Amino acid sequence: MTIATEKNPPVKLPNEPAITPQVVAEHGLAPDEYERLLKIMGRTPTMVELGIFSAMWSEHCSYKSSKVWLKKLPTKAPWVIQGPGENAGVIDIGDGQAAIFKMESHNHPSYIEPYQGAATGVGGILRDVFTMGARPVANLNALRFGDPSHPKTRHLVSGVVAGIGGYGNCMGIPTVGGETNFHAAYNGNILVNAMTVGIAPTDRIFYAAAAGVGNPLVYVGSKTGRDGIHGATMASTEFSEDSEEKRPTVQVGDPFVEKLLLEACLELMSTDAIVAIQDMGAAGLTSSSFEMAAKGGLGVVVELDKVPMREQGMNPYELMLSESQERMLIVLKPGREDLARKIFEKWELDFAIIGRLTDTERMVLTWYGDVVGNIPIPPLVTEAPVYERPWTLTPLPAVLEASQVPAPKDWNASLLALMGCPDLASKAWIWHQYDHLIMGNTAIRPQDGDAALVRVNGGHKGLAMTSDCTPRYVQAHPETGGRQAVAEAWRNITATGAMPLAVTDNMNFGNPQKPEIMGQFAGAIMGMAEACKVLEFPVVSGNVSLYNETEGRPILPTPTIGAVGVIHDIAKAMGSRLTQAGLAVILVGETQGWLGQSLYLREACGREEGAPPPVDLAVERRNGDFVRTQIDASRLSACHDLSDGGLLVALAEMCLAGGTGAEIALPPTDVPSHAFLYGEDQARYLVATGMPDDVLAAAKAAGVPAVLLGYSGGAALVVRGLVSLDLGDIEAIHEAWLPTYMNTAE
Amino acid sequence: MKASVLVFPGSNREGDVAQAIELVTGRKSSMVWHGDGDFEKTDLIVIPGGFSYGDYLRCGAMAAQSPVMAEVKKRAAQGVPVLAICNGFQIAAEAGLLPGVLMRNGNLKFVCADVHLKVETSQSLFTNRYQAGQVIKVPVAHAEGNYFADDETLKRVEDRGQVAFRYCAPDGTVDGTGNPNGSIRNIAGVFNETKTVLGLMPHPENAVEAMFGGTDGKALFEGIVEALS
Repeated sequence: MTIATEKNPPVKLPNEPAITPQVVAEHGLAPDEYERLLKIMGRTPTMVELGIFSAMWSEHCSYKSSKVWLKKLPTKAPWVIQGPGENAGVIDIGDGQAAIFKMESHNHPSYIEPYQGAATGVGGILRDVFTMGARPVANLNALRFGDPSHPKTRHLVSGVVAGIGGYGNCMGIPTVGGETNFHAAYNGNILVNAMTVGIAPTDRIFYAAAAGVGNPLVYVGSKTGRDGIHGATMASTEFSEDSEEKRPTVQVGDPFVEKLLLEACLELMSTDAIVAIQDMGAAGLTSSSFEMAAKGGLGVVVELDKVPMREQGMNPYELMLSESQERMLIVLKPGREDLARKIFEKWELDFAIIGRLTDTERMVLTWYGDVVGNIPIPPLVTEAPVYERPWTLTPLPAVLEASQVPAPKDWNASLLALMGCPDLASKAWIWHQYDHLIMGNTAIRPQDGDAALVRVNGGHKGLAMTSDCTPRYVQAHPETGGRQAVAEAWRNITATGAMPLAVTDNMNFGNPQKPEIMGQFAGAIMGMAEACKVLEFPVVSGNVSLYNETEGRPILPTPTIGAVGVIHDIAKAMGSRLTQAGLAVILVGETQGWLGQSLYLREACGREEGAPPPVDLAVERRNGDFVRTQIDASRLSACHDLSDGGLLVALAEMCLAGGTGAEIALPPTDVPSHAFLYGEDQARYLVATGMPDDVLAAAKAAGVPAVLLGYSGGAALVVRGLVSLDLGDIEAIHEAWLPTYMNTAE
Repeated sequence: MKASVLVFPGSNREGDVAQAIELVTGRKSSMVWHGDGDFEKTDLIVIPGGFSYGDYLRCGAMAAQSPVMAEVKKRAAQGVPVLAICNGFQIAAEAGLLPGVLMRNGNLKFVCADVHLKVETSQSLFTNRYQAGQVIKVPVAHAEGNYFADDETLKRVEDRGQVAFRYCAPDGTVDGTGNPNGSIRNIAGVFNETKTVLGLMPHPENAVEAMFGGTDGKALFEGIVEALS
């Protein structure tokens, strides 16, 4: 066989199409980007080379529009082991253990083919986490669907939920938390953001950087088929009416194979055979081999004819760009090939040595001995396009005073309507389709607390995790919305008693070439960066999904924040369930009665307007630290943060979760009742305690506003003079909406 | 008590049941790979939950043909107790160790939820720590747990007292409300004729600690230990 080097120009394959401007455009490369390519290559590329540039320089893989902004996010803290740039973020959780986590979107595929799109989204994020040596211990997901009355919504909810469950359940990873919203802005472009959290020993974390000239490059997992070709490019353009023709670019998942791959990889990782490992996600073999070589400052020769293939007649272009699932690329130490092969054969997976590392800093692709691609690696990375796209910040809307919003005519009816509206109605229909109990470590189940809580095996420690974003706030004012998303995630972790440690962000936005969209992105980042800084809550991993538009209509800007925290004594952890009578119900935090952008305004008044509630990060931190110390001192019996729907909705949720009623009265206040009870002021919690004097005294000492509202007990929710409802009636409406909706034929 | 937990490609609750057994006995179980038809002598064989072979073809159908299952059948015939949970129940039914079959859930959806079970008998090595008629709360997590048997088989199973657990309402009423999957006569678990093999869809192994799903499943493991010691 000829030794491929940069001296070998690639051969043209039979039937290879000519590289015309149209072919270039079909690969999503702008004319100036193609000029850049020609300069790097010094010649016209072959089809496979063009495909590689197209994938690597796609928005999805290159972050070309977002990079300059992402740099503004704080990424460091003493407990951060690995920040953004690897497959997932890594934080130290003590006792020699690390939590490894990331959130990633699979929006476009899930809209086109909801079951497989969502399933492979889960599969992809699981691989990102176990590639680094972690055993996944929990999944979460953040879903945004269109208006329930849109003809596609029901079908999409059904398929996405089944797909997420189908993959996670088979893998045996509990799906413990998440969020689901509905809004017409997602009618043509739903969001499916999946998050995985894993645990690894801090001294056995695996990275992608290749090392060791001559070391073998090994392919393991499933065979490569023709599915998902150009998925990354699809994820980098707007949708149009004919998007469903792109169904063949959606990958097909096989969770059974991924389960085998997980066990085989962890088994291999327990030996000393691995130099570097990278999963084949977006842009498959292209991005994985490229990233490993680039990070290691090396070159690579890939013999494409050695790649295990699912069907005959595949060509180098298809092999490099396929996004077939459940595949990994590994650089082994020399002489460990047999050891590794035996492990993968035991798990009945493909194992093939498909290349080796070189010192040429070039990617050389061969096909039955002929060179078919030969690309210099560093310039493809360093010369990749980076755009400082023009941006226009969204101005802060006028503040909506409570006097501009009518109070409910019928208080009972208003609470029932809110508790049964699509955004607040119980999502039990969804999470009962997810195995949330496997592994036996789930301490706080969905709907029982603000964050999910999972015990770390073999100890007393727990990981709290959540996913949060309030897109209507971000739409109204991106900076405030970005700040709020981070603050709410921090608050939700805090409400369990855990210390919030780090964030993964999933930035879902419209077309960045529009200045107002780029302005939403910029504003959200500014708000998030400030919140992450003040709350010492660094971003350690993330994902950007742009071009979430259909026919020019963008989604609500949705920077989903996934977060993880740790509680060292899980026995002290706090849920939101009100399970006993006679407990004092105390409101922590200040209430000004902020109705702008509230759910009450939208659901009861049909208006989406005003400035979103401001987020004072210093107050957020002070109030949260106070609540956490009260939990740590074992003074509380339940704790719930106040968010969508405000105080009254939070109290109703606590009552329903624990099956115990409550009677409260409004404290003396200038705030109108409807603003007090439905306002969405930030940095607030409801706590239930048997030791109200101690809690109130501690609040006073800490300078935290806290007021006794009433007591738990009975089987009704009562706000003196305003609301009186049997829990059974609230529960009936709260639980009925989603199953009724899903079971209604169109 | 020494337990052996089988592991098939795609098993995923083998760790949960091994953890529960360790909690009760203080002893680690030995994990037996599906290809190992000659595993060491053991007091209890556990076929755990999961998606053996991805549930492809039919739940449990492929695992039932594995070398280890040939050995399990032999030992079950000799009286070695077998506890078959969820996918394990499907495998045991496919292997002919237990009567009946498990079909897709009535609503065609995976369901993970706490359910209430009525203990039908305390006269078995698995249920001796429960009272007959007692209601316990344990979770289910499956898509294919809809128990079915033909009339003749059902009659035999009922006449011989082979029903171990039935789904019920929290107050013990056996009717449609507590049945998560459409199982005929609310059957959640059945014995073989000698009551040395128990198959059940619910997961007692996920109900052994107060903070993590309650403790109603613990007595099942304690009962086995007591019966075998």
